Order: sequence, then structure tokens, then C-alpha cells
Amino acid sequence: MKLFTELYTELDQTNKTNEKVEVLRFYFERATAENAAWALYFLSGRKPRQIVPSKKLREWALALTDIPEWLFDESRDTVGDGAETIALLLPNNSEIDETPLHELIEKRLLPLRGASEEIQREEVINSWNQMNYAQRLIYNKLISGSFRVGVSQQLVTRALSEISELPKDIIAQRLMGAWEPTAGFYEQLVSTELGADETPIARPFPFHLAHQIDFPLGDLGDVGEWQAEWKWDGIRAQVIKRAGQVFIWSRGEDLVTERFPEIAAAAQNLPDGTVLDGEILPWLDDSVLPFNELQRRIGRKTIGAKLLAEVPVILQCYDLLEFESTDIRFFEFKERRRLLSEVLDKLNADTQKIFQITESVEAGSWAELAVKRETSRTLKVEGFMLKRLASPYRVGRHRGDWWKWKIDPYTIDAVLLYAQKGTGKRSVLFTDYTFAVWSGGELVPFAKAYSGLTDKEIRRVDKFIRENTKETFGPVRSVTPRLVFELAFEAIQKSKRHKSGVAVRFPRILRWREDKSIKDADSLETIHALIESQGTAD
Amino acid sequence: MKSELIKLTDKGLYCKKGDFYIDPWLPVKKALLTHAHADHTYRGNQNYLVPEEGKLLSRIRLGDEAKIETSKYGETQFIDGVKISFHPAGHVLGSAQLRVEYKDEIWVVSGDYKLTPDATCAPFEFVKCHNFITEATFGLPIYRWTPTEIIFEEINQWWRRNQERGKVSVIFAYSLGKAQRVMNGIDRRIGRIFTHGAVERLTDAYRESGVDLPETKYVGAVENKKDFSGSLIVAPPSAAGSMWLKRFGAHSTGFASGWMVVRGARRRKAVDRGFVLSDHADWEELQTAIRATNAETVFVTHGFIPELVRWLNENGMNAKPLKAQYVGEEGEIEEPERELYS
Repeated sequence: MKLFTELYTELDQTNKTNEKVEVLRFYFERATAENAAWALYFLSGRKPRQIVPSKKLREWALALTDIPEWLFDESRDTVGDGAETIALLLPNNSEIDETPLHELIEKRLLPLRGASEEIQREEVINSWNQMNYAQRLIYNKLISGSFRVGVSQQLVTRALSEISELPKDIIAQRLMGAWEPTAGFYEQLVSTELGADETPIARPFPFHLAHQIDFPLGDLGDVGEWQAEWKWDGIRAQVIKRAGQVFIWSRGEDLVTERFPEIAAAAQNLPDGTVLDGEILPWLDDSVLPFNELQRRIGRKTIGAKLLAEVPVILQCYDLLEFESTDIRFFEFKERRRLLSEVLDKLNADTQKIFQITESVEAGSWAELAVKRETSRTLKVEGFMLKRLASPYRVGRHRGDWWKWKIDPYTIDAVLLYAQKGTGKRSVLFTDYTFAVWSGGELVPFAKAYSGLTDKEIRRVDKFIRENTKETFGPVRSVTPRLVFELAFEAIQKSKRHKSGVAVRFPRILRWREDKSIKDADSLETIHALIESQGTAD
Repeated sequence: MKSELIKLTDKGLYCKKGDFYIDPWLPVKKALLTHAHADHTYRGNQNYLVPEEGKLLSRIRLGDEAKIETSKYGETQFIDGVKISFHPAGHVLGSAQLRVEYKDEIWVVSGDYKLTPDATCAPFEFVKCHNFITEATFGLPIYRWTPTEIIFEEINQWWRRNQERGKVSVIFAYSLGKAQRVMNGIDRRIGRIFTHGAVERLTDAYRESGVDLPETKYVGAVENKKDFSGSLIVAPPSAAGSMWLKRFGAHSTGFASGWMVVRGARRRKAVDRGFVLSDHADWEELQTAIRATNAETVFVTHGFIPELVRWLNENGMNAKPLKAQYVGEEGEIEEPERELYS
């Protein structure tokens, strides 16, 4: 595991994309197939379930040191990670474990699952004794089921594509679905021999992305040269039907065909040589569901019948990129849009329910459009997308032809009530805050937020928390209510799961309102009024 | 504790019998300073007594007007019948522990200290006493220093590798002490070394005091940016993420600090590399130093105070917290902001 330890340590030490790719290449060029397969397994976010609970690891580690439990817990709070704390506290050892990664996993780690505690303990201690700090860190994370490498799937795909000289989408495609981390799998992955289904037919086009508009609308010119569409909050995707096969790609260039079986099935009815650009949305009874419903489906490899019935999905179709096997991205948008409706019109009724052409909102002036935008919340959309009718479908994020015109987020002034240390890079400072609003003369917690403050502000708030702690409950501290923050969030819903009776989507700190005292903070009634005004039921 | 020969007041540690303060943070008549870091060295006191070995650094910190007397390591003086002497603390150049004796009662105020060998200052001296006042900046067992040679090998390797990749190496190190320790310890044959303004002046004082340092050049005096190519830049941590770094073009950043033991701390600082190099005692060193004093009572002034106090009490010692306003130059991951202006 020497080479893999180096890989992990180096990836951990850089934030730079190019260096990460270089480090990955260095590893894959040298690793044997059987080790590379396991490395890839971890790099793509897979990991073995917990083999030994961290509580046990802690117990065995403490027995090897003279450290009492309370001191371990204090250390853990400072480090922010149990596996790392154990690695830091174990007696020094500079030896390096030369066992190959696959052997360590297959012969020494996995067999421990379900073994007696005595055998587990013996093997863990034995392993610790053979490893240095960096290896113990990885080992502890692997065995307690918390191993994670800070690298995106795209970078791994890119590195593998560079060393195998295969196109990225082939690698991405081969990495899809279920696979076992075997030498055979890895050899196939980087093999330049293409399978029958690996022709460029799977390949998506780069997405055309837009910026938020940051100037007066009038600068866009005549409203008649533009199309306004509702901006939906789902998963941007391309649906490809070529040579009888269907591929669904998300904007992150992940192949997600298997996650959305109803779209995949409907796409079989598209003519060969068709590529649609659109938004996957959770959709029930002619209406979009909240984004967090869609999230229930994103996290899973297989979707059960119950979830399929509770959270069906559709594609709001924005654009047509390939028509009759021809790349038509250079066509004007209005022409592509005309062809899009032509393609969709020919589909049978059931398929049309899945592939809905997105509505074009007509307006005689920018002012009229601005009025219509005010209805966004009732329609459960995020505002408008503005697209120049004469524009081609461009590559990447581009200024000029497409603009996002999102509605302003909701804002609420709330009081800091609880604080907790962050994890990872924030583990020494109090950065996770819980905020409250007034309800009948009491402060009721209603949202947690992490981001939005500058480092300097974080340090000042951290100092305030340390000096104004009222009580400590484990890692959480309650503080004297004094600081007021303006919070922004994208949506509010009633919620039975939350004490306050409301749930907010994507809360973040907009600014620290040092000019306000806690009596100026908003109340739960204000929030309920916001919910009423958007007409959302629970 | 038999008496209160030294106690904590709102101005700092105070010896009533001798009417002097130790490292006070509010103006007093007579201040004895353990070392020249900003949190121990405040301007505005009427008289100062500092270790002779650190007088050049104290002068820079306190200004030309300050009335500074000095005393050599081991030299004894009497102040109103109270016997005092400075002893090396091994923290930075001219850092001292202060031994205070009156009527068979001995106190030692350690200031900040370390036991790890450091070629830029005199090694820590073990001084027996009844009452020992200690720091606890790194008072948790997770803080365990790697041997210095290994750390310097890491820094050298990083610098060479950056050179190969056509990058400038920028290392963040506290401007007093750590910066000079880095320069003294790295392989000076690798390339040229440039300094940030906050580092340069103190580095000169180190040279004048006889510490062996490589040749350095002040970044501000460089006209052609190509001169930076392949070089090492030594800058205070406050320069991290600032516009000041733009001039170096492609560069890699490193931070030399004890905090770098923890991965989260390094990521928070957003540097490419963390080098575990501290001028404070690690957990083991704290235990060693404290036990060697044979003190009846141990007072813990800054850092992980409750943790070290509890540990000492559970291990047969009598320890108490004594919360002073020192932070240690590494007291927080972010250094005190005034460092920028020193």
C-alpha cells in the first residue's frame, strides 16, 4: 500500500486540479492492475461498509497509550476526525507496510467483518504496528467505513483517459454501474479495444451554461429578440438516442441512465439520432415537487418501485442538439426550438408526458416580463432563463446569448443560538451555526447555516462564541443571544420533522447585521406568511 | 503554594516584593520580559529588563526611546531583595525563563519554550523550583513533533521539486524565530532566498547577534521579477492569500507551524504544504520540562489550559490554571495581526 499511501497523501496536499491529475497519472502508470482496481474503487467514492466500529478502534488505541478517554475526546474535538486522531495518538512507528493494497483489503481487512472481537483486535493492532502515520490514517478510515478521497470523478476519468489514450466518455461509460475491483475489470477499463456499444454514440455534447444577469435588462436590446423560459430547479441533462441505444448524461458528465428508468424507457421512442437538452424534474400531478424529493433518488444506485411511484420524473425539454443524426448546434435557437417541438409532437401520448417542451413566456416588454417573474414562487420556479432567439448552442459558460434571471432569495434576520466546530478544514473554529427567530416571546431554532462569512468574520464570531458560551452539550454550545445575521434561502416549506414547523432550502448567511439587536430579528409568523404567499402546501 | 510571590493581575504577572511585572500587557513601572514576541513585549512601560542575548530584537519591538537594561543568562540580580536571573528557554533567540527567588521560595516563569534542539538559540535549561509557570500552546497528545532533520528534508525536497516545475516556493513562518530557524536549517545550496519586509529586519538582528544565516534579499528591493525564479520566499503567515504574492507568478505555498500536525488546520490555512515545525514544546516536552522542575505547584497560562491542568492533576502533580493574555505567536492558527506591522 506504499504507492497508494503516497497517492492519498499527495492528493490530500494539493487543491490544484492539474497537480491532482498528475498525481493520479503517476499512480496509475505504476500500480499493478489488481491494486489499481481497488484504488479506483475508492477514488470513485465506493468504500467497504464499516468493518470495525470506531468505538472499538478507540478502545484498542487507548490501551496502547497512557491517554485517558476524556483526553482522547478533547483531542478528537480539535482534530475533527476520529480515524486521524487515533493515527496521531498511537505510539510512533516509522516502519512502512509493504503489503500490496489488494492483499491488505482482501486478506486482512474484509475477512475481519463478522470475526470475533478478539481476532479483530489482534489483527488491527498487528497492522498498526507495521504501519507509519500516513498508512494508519488510511487504514483507520478504511476499517471504520469513513474513507474518502478528495478528488472528483471527472479528474479520475481525465487521468485514466490520459494514460489509456481513450476518450473520457468511454472511460466514464465503462465506470458506470456495478463493477468489482478486480484486475480483470481494470485491464478492461483501460483497454483500447472498443466494445460494440463503445462507439461515439454515447458521447454527449458539452453543455451551454449561463451567467446570472448583472446589468439592466434594457441592455439586452429588444425583448422580441429573446425567449424567456421558466428556470427550473432540477438536474440539467442530455438525453441521447442513437443506434437504438439510450444514454442520459448529467451536467457533471455523469452517465445517469440507470437512475432515471422512466426517462430511459420513454427515450426508446425517440427517433435514432436525437439529442435533447433539458432538466430532469420530480413531477407529480402536473406539478413539480420540491428538489429535496429528487435528492431521494439521486443518492441511490437502484430505485425501488415505491420511490418510482412517489417521485416520478420528467424531462422539461429546452433544446434539440442533434436532429436526424446531424449536429444542429449551429442552427439559430428559434429553429432548433421549432425542430424540438416537431420531434416531440410526433411522440405517443405517454412519451409526451415524460418529454415536455418547456414553456416560452410571451411578453411585449421587459417590464411586462418583470411582472410575470413575480409569479415565480407560486409556479415553484427560480425565475427566468433568457435566450437570444438567433443564438447557436455554445460550449460552456458563456456571456452574451443566454442569461439566468433568478428571483431574489428569501431573507430573514435571525439570532445565533447554537454553535458547533466545523469539520475538516474548519475543525478548530466554531463555524456551524444554528439560528432562531421569535415565536411568542421565545427564540425558536429554525435553520442551520455554514457559509457566507469572511475568514475574518468567522474568527470574530468564533471569539464571541468562546466568550459567551452558556452551556455545552457535547460538541454543541449554546451562546448568549446577541448576534443577528441576515440569512438567505431559496425555498421554504412547512415541515412536520422540524421543531419550528418549517424547512428551508439552501440556507446561507448573507451578512452579519451588526447594526441590529436581537429584538429586531424576524418572527416565525413572518416565515409562515412567506409560505402562505408562495401558496405551497406541505 | 506557600505564598503569592508572583500573582496574576489585570496588567500581567506581578511580583509584589520586588514591585516588577513579567511580560505585562498594560503599562507599568518596571517590566521584565521573557522574549520579544509581540504578545510578551508591549511598548509603553517605563523600564525594561530583558535577556542580554535578545536585546537587539527587544530594541526593534520596543523602539529607540524605550529604557532597556539587560541581564545575561545565569547572571543574578537583586530587585528590592528579590533574587532574579534569566535562563535559556530554547524558544527563539534570546528567549528566557525567569527565575525569581525570595526567602527560600523559588518561582520560574518559563515564558514560551521548547526542548527540541534549535541552532538559532541557546538550548532550554532545566531549572528546579517550587512553583513553575508553564505555557500549553500544544498541550494535547496529538501534538508530537517529527525530528527536525526530517522536516527540513521535506522542505528541501519541496523546494527542489518546485524548482523543477518552474515554481517559486513561498514558505510562511513567523517573522521572529521561525523564519530564521527555517533559513538556518534549509539547504542553502538549492537556490536564492528572499524575505518579506516583516522578516528582513529581524533577520538582520539575528545576524548581528551571531546566528549563522544564509544570504537573503528583501523582496521589495528586487526590480526584475525573473530574479525570483526558483527561489525561496520567506514571509509571515499574514501574507498568505494576499495580493503581495502576485508578484511571484506561479508558486507553491508552505506553512511551517506546529498546527500543521492536523490535516484540517492545513486545509483551513489553504496552503499547499504544511511543515510541522514549532518553536513550542510538544506534549512530551511539556511533561519532561514540568517534571524536571520538581515543582510543587504548576500554573498553566495559555493554550490548552484545562486539558493540561487536568492531566497533571490526574498524574500526581498539583496544577492550576492561571489565565494570562498570552497567546503564543502560534497561539491561534492565525497569528496576531500586529505581526504585520512589526
